[in-house]
Amino acid sequence: MTAEAPVDHGHDGEFDHHGDVAVDALDLADELPGAGGIASPDVAEYALRLGDDALILSQQLGWWISRAPELEEDLALGNIGLDLLGHARALLRYAGTASGRTEDDLAYWRDEHEFRCCWLVQQPNGDFADTIARQLLFSTYQVELYDALEHSPDPALQAIAAKAAREVAYHRDHAVQWTLRLAGGTEESRRRIVRALGDIWAYADEPFQDDELIDRLGDVVPRPSTLRAGFDAAIDAVFAEAELERPAAKPAMARGRSGSHTSYLGYILAEMQWLARRHPGAKW
Amino acid sequence: MKGEVVSAVVTQSDATGVRPADPASAAAWDIAAKVADPEVPVLTIEDLGVLRSVHSDGHRVQVVLTPTYSGCPAIEQMRDDVILQLTAAGYDRVDVAFTLSPAWTTDWMSEAGRVKLERYGIAPPNGRAPVRRGPLPVSVAVKCPRCHSLRTREVSRYGSTSCKALYECLECQEPFDFFKVH
Repeated sequence: MTAEAPVDHGHDGEFDHHGDVAVDALDLADELPGAGGIASPDVAEYALRLGDDALILSQQLGWWISRAPELEEDLALGNIGLDLLGHARALLRYAGTASGRTEDDLAYWRDEHEFRCCWLVQQPNGDFADTIARQLLFSTYQVELYDALEHSPDPALQAIAAKAAREVAYHRDHAVQWTLRLAGGTEESRRRIVRALGDIWAYADEPFQDDELIDRLGDVVPRPSTLRAGFDAAIDAVFAEAELERPAAKPAMARGRSGSHTSYLGYILAEMQWLARRHPGAKW
Repeated sequence: MKGEVVSAVVTQSDATGVRPADPASAAAWDIAAKVADPEVPVLTIEDLGVLRSVHSDGHRVQVVLTPTYSGCPAIEQMRDDVILQLTAAGYDRVDVAFTLSPAWTTDWMSEAGRVKLERYGIAPPNGRAPVRRGPLPVSVAVKCPRCHSLRTREVSRYGSTSCKALYECLECQEPFDFFKVH
Protein backbone atom coordinates (compact mmCIF):
# COMPACT_ATOMS: atom_id res chain seq x y z
CA MET A 1 0.00 0.00 0.00
CA THR A 2 1.49 3.32 -0.97
CA ALA A 3 0.37 6.80 -0.17
CA GLU A 4 1.33 9.41 -2.68
CA ALA A 5 -1.61 11.55 -1.67
CA PRO A 6 -0.78 15.13 -0.73
CA VAL A 7 0.01 15.48 2.94
CA ASP A 8 -0.07 18.78 4.71
CA HIS A 9 3.10 19.06 6.71
CA GLY A 10 2.16 22.29 8.30
CA HIS A 11 4.42 24.48 6.19
CA ASP A 12 1.90 27.25 5.63
CA GLY A 13 -0.45 24.99 3.74
CA GLU A 14 2.24 23.86 1.35
CA PHE A 15 1.74 20.30 0.16
CA ASP A 16 4.58 17.85 -0.28
CA HIS A 17 4.53 14.61 -2.21
CA HIS A 18 6.83 12.10 -0.68
CA GLY A 19 7.20 9.01 1.33
CA ASP A 20 6.55 5.34 1.03
CA VAL A 21 4.00 4.11 3.48
CA ALA A 22 4.49 0.43 4.06
CA VAL A 23 2.42 0.27 7.19
CA ASP A 24 -0.90 1.99 7.09
CA ALA A 25 -2.82 1.67 10.30
CA LEU A 26 -5.37 4.28 9.35
CA ASP A 27 -7.30 2.42 6.69
CA LEU A 28 -7.48 -0.73 8.71
CA ALA A 29 -8.27 0.74 12.07
CA ASP A 30 -11.93 -0.22 11.81
CA GLU A 31 -11.42 -3.57 10.17
CA LEU A 32 -9.22 -5.33 12.63
CA PRO A 33 -10.29 -6.47 16.04
CA GLY A 34 -9.06 -4.14 18.73
CA ALA A 35 -7.07 -2.01 16.31
CA GLY A 36 -5.05 0.81 17.79
CA GLY A 37 -7.55 3.47 16.91
CA ILE A 38 -7.10 7.19 16.55
CA ALA A 39 -5.30 9.21 19.20
CA SER A 40 -7.04 12.32 20.51
CA PRO A 41 -5.07 15.55 19.96
CA ASP A 42 -3.89 15.57 23.59
CA VAL A 43 -2.85 11.91 23.58
CA ALA A 44 -1.08 12.52 20.27
CA GLU A 45 0.86 15.45 21.76
CA TYR A 46 1.89 13.24 24.68
CA ALA A 47 2.94 10.41 22.36
CA LEU A 48 4.96 12.96 20.39
CA ARG A 49 6.92 13.96 23.52
CA LEU A 50 7.82 10.36 24.30
CA GLY A 51 8.40 9.47 20.67
CA ASP A 52 10.68 12.46 20.07
CA ASP A 53 12.73 11.66 23.19
CA ALA A 54 13.27 8.12 21.92
CA LEU A 55 13.94 9.18 18.33
CA ILE A 56 16.52 11.84 19.14
CA LEU A 57 18.40 9.67 21.64
CA SER A 58 18.37 6.80 19.15
CA GLN A 59 19.86 9.08 16.49
CA GLN A 60 22.56 10.21 18.93
CA LEU A 61 23.50 6.66 20.00
CA GLY A 62 23.90 5.55 16.40
CA TRP A 63 26.94 7.85 16.17
CA TRP A 64 28.84 5.52 18.51
CA ILE A 65 28.82 2.57 16.12
CA SER A 66 32.49 2.10 15.17
CA ARG A 67 33.56 4.79 17.67
CA ALA A 68 32.95 3.21 21.10
CA PRO A 69 35.93 2.27 23.29
CA GLU A 70 35.44 -1.42 22.47
CA LEU A 71 33.53 -3.49 19.94
CA GLU A 72 31.12 -4.76 22.60
CA GLU A 73 30.05 -1.16 23.26
CA ASP A 74 29.48 -0.50 19.56
CA LEU A 75 27.01 -3.38 19.80
CA ALA A 76 25.49 -2.28 23.09
CA LEU A 77 24.89 1.36 22.19
CA GLY A 78 23.72 0.37 18.72
CA ASN A 79 21.25 -2.14 20.15
CA ILE A 80 19.96 0.34 22.74
CA GLY A 81 19.45 2.83 19.92
CA LEU A 82 17.56 0.20 17.94
CA ASP A 83 15.18 -0.47 20.83
CA LEU A 84 14.60 3.28 21.16
CA LEU A 85 13.93 3.56 17.44
CA GLY A 86 11.31 0.84 17.82
CA HIS A 87 9.63 2.79 20.62
CA ALA A 88 9.84 6.00 18.58
CA ARG A 89 8.24 4.38 15.53
CA ALA A 90 5.31 3.01 17.53
CA LEU A 91 4.78 6.29 19.40
CA LEU A 92 5.06 8.52 16.33
CA ARG A 93 2.80 6.22 14.33
CA TYR A 94 0.20 6.53 17.05
CA ALA A 95 0.70 10.29 17.38
CA GLY A 96 0.24 10.62 13.62
CA THR A 97 -3.21 9.05 13.70
CA ALA A 98 -4.55 12.32 15.12
CA SER A 99 -3.44 14.37 12.11
CA GLY A 100 -3.24 11.82 9.31
CA ARG A 101 0.55 11.82 9.27
CA THR A 102 2.85 8.80 9.11
CA GLU A 103 5.81 8.10 11.37
CA ASP A 104 8.10 9.23 8.54
CA ASP A 105 6.17 12.48 8.06
CA LEU A 106 6.70 13.22 11.73
CA ALA A 107 10.35 12.15 11.90
CA TYR A 108 11.60 13.76 8.69
CA TRP A 109 9.26 16.62 7.82
CA ARG A 110 8.89 18.54 11.04
CA ASP A 111 11.19 21.42 11.81
CA GLU A 112 13.01 22.09 15.04
CA HIS A 113 10.24 24.04 16.81
CA GLU A 114 7.76 21.23 16.10
CA PHE A 115 9.80 18.66 18.05
CA ARG A 116 8.82 17.96 21.63
CA CYS A 117 11.90 16.18 23.00
CA CYS A 118 13.42 17.11 26.35
CA TRP A 119 16.83 18.78 26.53
CA LEU A 120 18.43 15.78 28.20
CA VAL A 121 18.38 13.72 25.00
CA GLN A 122 19.78 16.66 23.00
CA GLN A 123 22.96 16.88 25.05
CA PRO A 124 26.03 15.94 23.04
CA ASN A 125 27.48 12.44 23.10
CA GLY A 126 30.71 13.93 24.44
CA ASP A 127 33.10 11.25 25.61
CA PHE A 128 32.03 7.77 26.68
CA ALA A 129 31.42 8.94 30.26
CA ASP A 130 29.10 11.72 29.01
CA THR A 131 27.07 9.21 27.05
CA ILE A 132 26.91 6.80 30.00
CA ALA A 133 25.82 9.61 32.36
CA ARG A 134 23.07 10.61 29.92
CA GLN A 135 22.03 6.95 29.58
CA LEU A 136 21.93 6.52 33.35
CA LEU A 137 19.59 9.47 33.87
CA PHE A 138 17.39 8.87 30.86
CA SER A 139 17.00 5.10 31.15
CA THR A 140 16.25 5.42 34.88
CA TYR A 141 13.53 7.95 34.03
CA GLN A 142 12.19 5.65 31.31
CA VAL A 143 11.97 2.66 33.65
CA GLU A 144 9.77 4.70 35.99
CA LEU A 145 7.77 6.10 33.07
CA TYR A 146 6.98 2.87 31.29
CA ASP A 147 6.32 0.90 34.48
CA ALA A 148 3.58 3.45 35.23
CA LEU A 149 2.34 3.96 31.66
CA GLU A 150 1.88 0.19 31.38
CA HIS A 151 -1.31 0.74 33.42
CA SER A 152 -2.74 3.46 31.16
CA PRO A 153 -6.38 2.96 30.11
CA ASP A 154 -5.30 3.94 26.57
CA PRO A 155 -4.73 0.56 24.86
CA ALA A 156 -2.07 1.80 22.44
CA LEU A 157 0.00 3.58 25.10
CA GLN A 158 -0.44 0.56 27.37
CA ALA A 159 0.83 -1.85 24.71
CA ILE A 160 3.82 0.29 23.74
CA ALA A 161 4.78 0.84 27.39
CA ALA A 162 4.43 -2.81 28.40
CA LYS A 163 6.82 -3.82 25.65
CA ALA A 164 9.26 -0.96 26.23
CA ALA A 165 9.37 -1.44 30.01
CA ARG A 166 11.46 -4.62 29.84
CA GLU A 167 13.77 -3.19 27.23
CA VAL A 168 14.59 0.04 29.06
CA ALA A 169 15.26 -1.95 32.24
CA TYR A 170 18.05 -3.67 30.34
CA HIS A 171 19.32 -0.28 29.13
CA ARG A 172 19.45 0.92 32.71
CA ASP A 173 21.38 -2.17 33.79
CA HIS A 174 23.95 -1.37 31.11
CA ALA A 175 24.28 2.25 32.26
CA VAL A 176 24.49 1.24 35.94
CA GLN A 177 27.23 -1.31 35.28
CA TRP A 178 29.29 1.27 33.39
CA THR A 179 28.72 3.98 35.98
CA LEU A 180 30.02 1.63 38.69
CA ARG A 181 32.91 0.55 36.51
CA LEU A 182 33.98 4.07 35.59
CA ALA A 183 33.57 5.37 39.15
CA GLY A 184 35.51 2.44 40.60
CA GLY A 185 38.09 2.24 37.82
CA THR A 186 41.10 4.48 37.41
CA GLU A 187 41.50 8.03 38.69
CA GLU A 188 40.94 9.21 35.14
CA SER A 189 37.75 7.20 34.59
CA ARG A 190 36.39 8.40 37.92
CA ARG A 191 37.25 12.02 37.14
CA ARG A 192 35.40 11.73 33.84
CA ILE A 193 32.18 10.17 35.16
CA VAL A 194 32.05 12.71 38.01
CA ARG A 195 32.45 15.56 35.51
CA ALA A 196 29.92 14.00 33.10
CA LEU A 197 27.27 13.59 35.81
CA GLY A 198 27.88 17.16 36.96
CA ASP A 199 27.41 18.46 33.42
CA ILE A 200 24.23 16.50 32.64
CA TRP A 201 22.48 16.85 36.00
CA ALA A 202 20.86 20.19 35.16
CA TYR A 203 18.77 18.42 32.51
CA ALA A 204 17.44 15.67 34.79
CA ASP A 205 14.55 17.84 35.97
CA GLU A 206 12.62 18.55 32.76
CA PRO A 207 11.16 15.06 32.09
CA PHE A 208 9.44 15.20 35.50
CA GLN A 209 7.65 18.52 34.97
CA ASP A 210 3.85 18.59 34.85
CA ASP A 211 2.06 21.07 32.63
CA GLU A 212 -1.40 21.85 31.23
CA LEU A 213 -1.31 18.94 28.81
CA ILE A 214 -0.70 16.56 31.69
CA ASP A 215 -3.57 18.17 33.62
CA ARG A 216 -5.91 17.67 30.67
CA LEU A 217 -4.86 14.03 30.23
CA GLY A 218 -5.84 13.24 33.80
CA ASP A 219 -5.67 9.52 34.53
CA VAL A 220 -4.72 8.55 30.98
CA VAL A 221 -1.00 9.00 31.70
CA PRO A 222 1.10 9.08 34.87
CA ARG A 223 1.88 12.60 36.11
CA PRO A 224 5.60 13.09 35.43
CA SER A 225 6.16 14.61 38.89
CA THR A 226 5.00 11.36 40.52
CA LEU A 227 7.81 9.47 38.79
CA ARG A 228 10.53 11.55 40.44
CA ALA A 229 10.67 9.69 43.78
CA GLY A 230 11.36 6.35 42.11
CA PHE A 231 14.00 7.96 39.92
CA ASP A 232 15.72 9.59 42.89
CA ALA A 233 15.74 6.35 44.89
CA ALA A 234 17.24 4.37 42.01
CA ILE A 235 19.86 7.02 41.21
CA ASP A 236 20.80 7.47 44.87
CA ALA A 237 21.31 3.71 45.19
CA VAL A 238 23.72 3.77 42.24
CA PHE A 239 25.54 6.82 43.59
CA ALA A 240 25.88 5.17 47.01
CA GLU A 241 27.36 2.01 45.52
CA ALA A 242 29.68 4.01 43.25
CA GLU A 243 30.59 6.35 46.15
CA LEU A 244 29.53 9.34 44.12
CA GLU A 245 27.84 12.46 45.40
CA ARG A 246 24.65 13.74 43.87
CA PRO A 247 25.64 16.72 41.69
CA ALA A 248 24.56 20.15 42.91
CA ALA A 249 23.65 21.72 39.55
CA LYS A 250 20.40 23.70 39.46
CA PRO A 251 17.77 22.57 36.95
CA ALA A 252 18.13 24.11 33.49
CA MET A 253 15.27 26.31 32.26
CA ALA A 254 14.46 23.63 29.71
CA ARG A 255 11.42 24.08 27.46
CA GLY A 256 11.66 21.17 25.07
CA ARG A 257 8.03 20.15 25.56
CA SER A 258 6.85 23.46 24.11
CA GLY A 259 9.27 23.36 21.18
CA SER A 260 12.04 25.60 22.49
CA HIS A 261 15.31 23.73 22.18
CA THR A 262 19.05 23.76 22.74
CA SER A 263 21.28 24.79 19.86
CA TYR A 264 22.29 21.12 19.50
CA LEU A 265 18.94 19.91 18.18
CA GLY A 266 19.15 21.67 14.82
CA TYR A 267 22.40 19.89 13.98
CA ILE A 268 21.00 16.53 15.03
CA LEU A 269 17.93 17.07 12.84
CA ALA A 270 20.01 18.27 9.91
CA GLU A 271 21.90 15.00 9.87
CA MET A 272 18.83 12.88 10.53
CA GLN A 273 16.55 14.55 7.98
CA TRP A 274 18.70 15.57 5.03
CA LEU A 275 18.49 12.32 3.10
CA ALA A 276 14.71 12.01 3.40
CA ARG A 277 14.31 15.64 2.33
CA ARG A 278 16.88 15.55 -0.45
CA HIS A 279 15.46 12.31 -1.90
CA PRO A 280 11.77 12.19 -0.93
CA GLY A 281 10.45 8.64 -0.92
CA ALA A 282 13.93 7.10 -0.96
CA LYS A 283 13.90 3.45 0.04
CA TRP A 284 16.68 1.41 1.56
CA MET B 1 3.05 -11.03 -6.23
CA LYS B 2 -0.51 -12.30 -6.15
CA GLY B 3 -2.87 -11.11 -3.49
CA GLU B 4 -3.39 -7.71 -2.01
CA VAL B 5 -0.81 -6.81 0.58
CA VAL B 6 -2.11 -5.09 3.64
CA SER B 7 -0.41 -4.64 6.94
CA ALA B 8 -1.36 -2.76 10.02
CA VAL B 9 -0.54 -2.38 13.64
CA VAL B 10 -3.05 -3.59 16.15
CA THR B 11 -2.79 -3.50 19.89
CA GLN B 12 -5.08 -6.32 20.85
CA SER B 13 -6.47 -9.36 19.18
CA ASP B 14 -7.05 -13.01 19.81
CA ALA B 15 -3.31 -13.36 19.33
CA THR B 16 -2.75 -16.46 21.37
CA GLY B 17 -0.02 -18.21 19.39
CA VAL B 18 -2.06 -21.41 19.22
CA ARG B 19 -2.68 -23.35 16.01
CA PRO B 20 -6.34 -22.77 15.11
CA ALA B 21 -8.85 -25.61 15.39
CA ASP B 22 -10.83 -25.05 12.19
CA PRO B 23 -9.28 -26.88 9.21
CA ALA B 24 -9.13 -23.90 6.81
CA SER B 25 -7.26 -21.71 9.27
CA ALA B 26 -5.06 -24.59 10.43
CA ALA B 27 -3.99 -25.25 6.84
CA ALA B 28 -2.93 -21.61 6.43
CA TRP B 29 -1.23 -21.67 9.84
CA ASP B 30 0.87 -24.65 8.77
CA ILE B 31 2.17 -22.71 5.76
CA ALA B 32 2.90 -19.50 7.70
CA ALA B 33 4.47 -21.50 10.53
CA LYS B 34 7.30 -22.69 8.26
CA VAL B 35 8.66 -19.18 7.65
CA ALA B 36 12.14 -18.89 9.16
CA ASP B 37 13.53 -16.08 11.29
CA PRO B 38 15.90 -14.26 8.89
CA GLU B 39 18.41 -13.59 11.68
CA VAL B 40 18.32 -17.03 13.31
CA PRO B 41 17.29 -19.17 10.33
CA VAL B 42 17.22 -22.39 12.33
CA LEU B 43 14.06 -21.13 14.06
CA THR B 44 10.65 -20.72 12.48
CA ILE B 45 8.34 -17.90 13.45
CA GLU B 46 6.21 -20.54 15.18
CA ASP B 47 9.20 -21.75 17.25
CA LEU B 48 9.94 -18.14 18.23
CA GLY B 49 6.38 -17.40 19.29
CA VAL B 50 6.19 -14.55 16.77
CA LEU B 51 3.24 -16.13 14.90
CA ARG B 52 0.24 -15.21 17.03
CA SER B 53 -2.88 -16.01 14.99
CA VAL B 54 -4.07 -17.12 11.55
CA HIS B 55 -7.63 -16.94 10.24
CA SER B 56 -8.68 -18.20 6.84
CA ASP B 57 -11.75 -19.21 4.86
CA GLY B 58 -9.59 -21.00 2.31
CA HIS B 59 -9.27 -17.89 0.08
CA ARG B 60 -8.35 -14.99 2.32
CA VAL B 61 -5.90 -15.14 5.21
CA GLN B 62 -5.42 -12.81 8.15
CA VAL B 63 -2.15 -13.28 10.02
CA VAL B 64 -1.05 -11.55 13.21
CA LEU B 65 2.64 -11.36 14.11
CA THR B 66 4.34 -9.79 17.11
CA PRO B 67 7.87 -8.37 17.09
CA THR B 68 10.43 -9.84 19.49
CA TYR B 69 12.05 -6.54 20.52
CA SER B 70 10.41 -3.18 19.70
CA GLY B 71 13.08 -2.28 17.18
CA CYS B 72 13.63 -5.71 15.69
CA PRO B 73 14.28 -5.10 11.97
CA ALA B 74 13.51 -8.73 11.08
CA ILE B 75 9.76 -8.37 11.57
CA GLU B 76 9.24 -6.73 8.18
CA GLN B 77 11.14 -9.51 6.44
CA MET B 78 9.01 -12.06 8.30
CA ARG B 79 5.86 -10.26 7.12
CA ASP B 80 7.06 -10.32 3.51
CA ASP B 81 7.98 -14.00 3.76
CA VAL B 82 4.57 -14.91 5.22
CA ILE B 83 2.86 -13.07 2.36
CA LEU B 84 5.14 -14.74 -0.17
CA GLN B 85 4.54 -18.27 1.15
CA LEU B 86 0.76 -17.89 1.45
CA THR B 87 0.31 -16.26 -1.95
CA ALA B 88 2.52 -18.96 -3.49
CA ALA B 89 0.18 -21.51 -1.91
CA GLY B 90 -2.72 -19.94 -3.80
CA TYR B 91 -4.44 -17.65 -1.31
CA ASP B 92 -6.09 -14.66 -2.99
CA ARG B 93 -5.55 -12.10 -0.30
CA VAL B 94 -3.15 -12.07 2.64
CA ASP B 95 -3.41 -9.48 5.42
CA VAL B 96 -0.61 -9.32 7.96
CA ALA B 97 -1.04 -7.25 11.10
CA PHE B 98 1.42 -6.61 13.90
CA THR B 99 0.40 -6.66 17.51
CA LEU B 100 2.42 -5.30 20.44
CA SER B 101 0.17 -6.71 23.11
CA PRO B 102 0.66 -8.99 24.89
CA ALA B 103 4.38 -8.27 24.72
CA TRP B 104 6.54 -11.06 23.31
CA THR B 105 8.53 -13.14 25.77
CA THR B 106 11.01 -15.98 25.35
CA ASP B 107 8.58 -18.03 27.45
CA TRP B 108 6.70 -18.50 24.16
CA MET B 109 9.63 -20.22 22.48
CA SER B 110 8.77 -23.84 21.74
CA GLU B 111 10.69 -26.78 23.20
CA ALA B 112 11.55 -27.83 19.65
CA GLY B 113 12.91 -24.33 19.07
CA ARG B 114 15.11 -24.52 22.16
CA VAL B 115 16.59 -27.85 21.04
CA LYS B 116 17.22 -26.50 17.53
CA LEU B 117 18.91 -23.39 18.92
CA GLU B 118 21.33 -25.39 21.06
CA ARG B 119 22.21 -27.68 18.15
CA TYR B 120 22.85 -24.57 16.08
CA GLY B 121 25.36 -23.31 18.66
CA ILE B 122 23.22 -20.71 20.42
CA ALA B 123 22.46 -21.27 24.11
CA PRO B 124 18.65 -21.16 24.48
CA PRO B 125 16.90 -19.01 27.13
CA ASN B 126 17.57 -20.72 30.44
CA GLY B 127 14.56 -19.87 32.52
CA ARG B 128 11.31 -18.00 32.56
CA ALA B 129 11.00 -14.23 32.28
CA PRO B 130 10.48 -12.68 35.73
CA VAL B 131 6.95 -11.51 36.43
CA ARG B 132 8.14 -8.57 38.50
CA ARG B 133 11.62 -7.21 38.21
CA GLY B 134 13.57 -7.25 41.43
CA PRO B 135 16.24 -4.71 42.29
CA LEU B 136 18.96 -7.20 41.39
CA PRO B 137 18.57 -9.54 38.45
CA VAL B 138 19.37 -13.10 39.49
CA SER B 139 21.67 -14.64 36.94
CA VAL B 140 21.46 -18.34 36.27
CA ALA B 141 24.47 -20.13 34.81
CA VAL B 142 24.33 -20.36 31.02
CA LYS B 143 25.23 -23.76 29.59
CA CYS B 144 27.80 -23.91 26.77
CA PRO B 145 25.97 -25.23 23.68
CA ARG B 146 29.11 -27.11 22.58
CA CYS B 147 30.56 -28.87 25.62
CA HIS B 148 27.58 -28.31 28.00
CA SER B 149 29.80 -26.91 30.73
CA LEU B 150 28.20 -24.46 33.16
CA ARG B 151 31.56 -22.69 33.59
CA THR B 152 30.78 -19.82 31.26
CA ARG B 153 30.94 -16.05 31.52
CA GLU B 154 29.21 -13.11 29.92
CA VAL B 155 31.52 -11.23 27.58
CA SER B 156 29.00 -8.64 26.45
CA ARG B 157 25.43 -7.92 27.50
CA TYR B 158 24.61 -7.15 23.89
CA GLY B 159 25.33 -9.36 20.90
CA SER B 160 24.83 -9.58 17.16
CA THR B 161 21.07 -9.04 17.44
CA SER B 162 18.76 -7.50 20.06
CA CYS B 163 17.77 -10.91 21.39
CA LYS B 164 21.27 -12.22 22.14
CA ALA B 165 24.20 -11.68 24.50
CA LEU B 166 27.78 -12.80 23.94
CA TYR B 167 29.27 -15.48 26.22
CA GLU B 168 32.42 -17.55 26.38
CA CYS B 169 32.97 -21.03 27.76
CA LEU B 170 35.76 -21.30 30.33
CA GLU B 171 35.96 -25.07 29.73
CA CYS B 172 36.23 -25.39 25.94
CA GLN B 173 37.29 -21.72 25.46
CA GLU B 174 34.76 -21.16 22.68
CA PRO B 175 32.69 -17.98 22.42
CA PHE B 176 28.95 -18.43 21.84
CA ASP B 177 25.68 -16.51 21.58
CA PHE B 178 23.10 -16.74 24.33
CA PHE B 179 19.44 -16.11 23.51
CA LYS B 180 18.53 -13.85 26.45
CA VAL B 181 15.61 -14.58 28.77
CA HIS B 182 13.18 -11.78 28.01
